[in-house]
Amino acid sequence: MSSDVALQAIDLVKHFPTGSKGLLGRPDKSVRAVDGVSFTLRKGKTLGIVGESGCGKSTLARVVTRLIEPTSGNILLDGVDITTTSGKDLRNMRRQMQMIFQDPVSSLNPRHSVGQIIAMPLRVQGLLDEEHSNERVKELMQLVGLNPEHFNRYPHEFSGGQRQRIGIARSLALNPTVIVADEPVSALDVSVQAQILNLLERLQTDLGLSMIFIAHDLSVVRHIADDVAVMYLGKIVEIGPAEEVYASPAHPYTKALLSAVPIHDPSERGGPGRIRLQGDVPSPIDPPSGCRFRTRCWKATDLCGAVEPPLQAEASGRVVACHFPEETPVSIGKRPE
Amino acid sequence: MSNTAAPVLSVQNLRVSFDTQDGTVRAVDDISFDVYAGETICIVGESGSGKSVMAGSIMRLNNSSTATTEGKILVNGIDVLTASEEEVRGIRGSEVAMIFQDPMSALNPYFTIGKQIAEAYVVHHPGASKREVHDVVLAMMIKVGIPSPEKRIDEYPHQFSGGMRQRIVIAIALINNPKILIADEPTTALDVTVQAQILDLMMALQKEFGMTIILITHDLGVVAEVAQDVIVMYAGHIVEQSHVDALFHSPTHPYSWGLLGSVASYGANKRGDLYTISGSPPSLISLSAGCAFHPRCVHSMGSASACMTIQPTLRSVGADGSRSACHLSDEVLVSIGRGSDRS
Repeated sequence: MSSDVALQAIDLVKHFPTGSKGLLGRPDKSVRAVDGVSFTLRKGKTLGIVGESGCGKSTLARVVTRLIEPTSGNILLDGVDITTTSGKDLRNMRRQMQMIFQDPVSSLNPRHSVGQIIAMPLRVQGLLDEEHSNERVKELMQLVGLNPEHFNRYPHEFSGGQRQRIGIARSLALNPTVIVADEPVSALDVSVQAQILNLLERLQTDLGLSMIFIAHDLSVVRHIADDVAVMYLGKIVEIGPAEEVYASPAHPYTKALLSAVPIHDPSERGGPGRIRLQGDVPSPIDPPSGCRFRTRCWKATDLCGAVEPPLQAEASGRVVACHFPEETPVSIGKRPE
Repeated sequence: MSNTAAPVLSVQNLRVSFDTQDGTVRAVDDISFDVYAGETICIVGESGSGKSVMAGSIMRLNNSSTATTEGKILVNGIDVLTASEEEVRGIRGSEVAMIFQDPMSALNPYFTIGKQIAEAYVVHHPGASKREVHDVVLAMMIKVGIPSPEKRIDEYPHQFSGGMRQRIVIAIALINNPKILIADEPTTALDVTVQAQILDLMMALQKEFGMTIILITHDLGVVAEVAQDVIVMYAGHIVEQSHVDALFHSPTHPYSWGLLGSVASYGANKRGDLYTISGSPPSLISLSAGCAFHPRCVHSMGSASACMTIQPTLRSVGADGSRSACHLSDEVLVSIGRGSDRS
C-alpha cells in the first residue's frame, strides 16, 4: 500500500437482519444497507460520499469507524487492518479516527458542560491530565472559533452552529488523522453552514486531516470534496475526482442526481437536458437483480437485469459501475447537458 | 408588483407575538405585502425568521391562547383575523389551502388515503353522492401522479413513500380547487430527485388550476427554480421584496447579499472560502434597537447611526422594482448589489 492512503475500505458489507423469521426461526431477510463498498481516502484529502436517504451512506460511516461491526470486508487505517481489532488496540485505533455527527443537539450530553464534553475523549482514553486538560480544552475551543471563557457553559446556551463547533472540538481532542463527518452541516441554516464548512476546510489544511464527508447536499460536497463517491442502494455507482464527476458524470444515476439539484440562478430555468427520475428508490431488503439502478434508468436493457455491472475503470479512466456509461465531453464548471 | 388587478391576498401590518416564560417573542413584526392571481411568490429566510408563523396566520392556524395577532389579512375582501369561525372554515380549503413540510405527520395513519382525500371534498360539498366523491378523488389522484389509483385508494399512508405521501397531501389541498396554495417547506423532507418531481408537479398543477402559490423555503435553489416574486425575511421583518431575477442579480439588502454569498453553489469551483455572515440570527425576545440585522451587517454605518437607532422600513430601490429595508442610500445599495463582490 502506498503511503499516501489514509484509509482504505475493501468490499465492506453490512446487512441488518429484519424481524421476519423463516423456517427454523432464523431471520430470512436482511436489509442490505452496505453491500460491497470499496474506496480509498487519500492523506490530507476529503472524500465526499453522496446519495439519497436509504442509500447506506450513514451506515457506511458507522462501519468504517467500527461503531457497528461490518458483516464482511476489511478496513485498513494507515495500512493496518482494523476490522477485527479489539480491546486496547481498538481503543488506540479510535485515537486516530474520530467522528462528527449530524445533529449537534442529540450528540452532546445536555448535562455536561462544554469543558467536560470536549475533555471526554481524553478521559475515555485515560489521557486526562487534570492540570493541563483545561488548557487543552481552551486551546481546542479557540481552534474551532468558540470563546474559551465559555467552557463552563452547557450545550443549550449555544446556538446550533456553535454546538456543531463543540462537536468538532471534541472530535479533534485526540489529534486524530482521519475525521468522518456524517452530514455535519445539514441541520444548520445556510449562513451558518458556510461558517462550519470554512472551519472544516481551515482545520483540514492546518492539521493535515484526512476527511470522509457524508452529505446528501451535492453542492456542499462539491465545495469541500477532492474525491467523490456516489452511492445508490448500498453500492458505490461512481467514484472519482470531484471536478470530473461533477463536470461529466459517467453513471446515469449521477447524471440524474446532479440534474435534480435546484439551479442557483433563475436565468438557467428550464435549461436543456434536465433529467427527471421516475418513481422512488427500491427497497434495500429486496434490491433489483443485476444493476440496482435499472428500474429507474432510461438506458436499461435486458443485460442490466441479468448481469450486475462491476465498479471498474472505463477506457476514459472513469471508475463507474454501468454497462452503458455516459460519454459526455469534459466541460468543467458546466451543468451536464 | 405592477399589477392593476386587486390582489387575491393582502397582508397589512401583520404582527404576531407569542407569550412565553422568557418573555414575548415577536415572531412577525409589521409585515405587509400583496399577492396577485396566478403568481408564485417565495418567502425565504432562515429558521426563526417568522416565515411559518406568517403563513399560519393566513389560515388562522396559530394558537389563539398564546399568540397575539394584529393587522389585517384580506382574502377575497374578508379579513381572516376577525372573521367568524364559520367564515374561516369557508376560506380554508376552498379559498386557501396549505401543505406542510412533513407529509407523514400531515396524514392520519388510521385512515385510507382515499378517505382522507374524500374528507376534504365532502366538507365543502356536503351533498355529494358516494359515487361522485369516489370519481373526484380518483381523478385527483391521477392528476397528482399516483400510479394505479384504483388499487391505491384503499391503502394507508405507511404504504406510500415520502414523495407519494407529499403527492397525497397535495391532492387533499387541491381537491376543492383553491385560489391560493400555501406550501410550507414542501420539499425539505424529500430527497433531491423526489424534490424535483414534486416541484415540477406543483408548477404543472399551477398552470392547470391557475392558482397562486406562496412557497415558503430556506433553499435558495428552490427559489431560483420556481419563484416570480421573492420576499426575504429576517427576524420577523421583510428585509427585501424583489423579482426573482433582481434578487439573484442585483439584490438590494445586505442580508440578501450575505445569504446569496453563503450558498455553496453547484457551479462554483471547489475551495475558496464561502462568504459568511458572522454570528447567528438574533433572539426574537430581545431584539436590539434599530435594524434587526445590524449586529451582523458588515455595511452597518456604526454607532449612533440610523442602523442602530431607527428600524428601517421597506422602500423602492433601483430600477428593478425591488423594495429594501435598509438605511444605506439607494446608490450604495444598487452599486454594491450589482457588483460581483458583495462581501
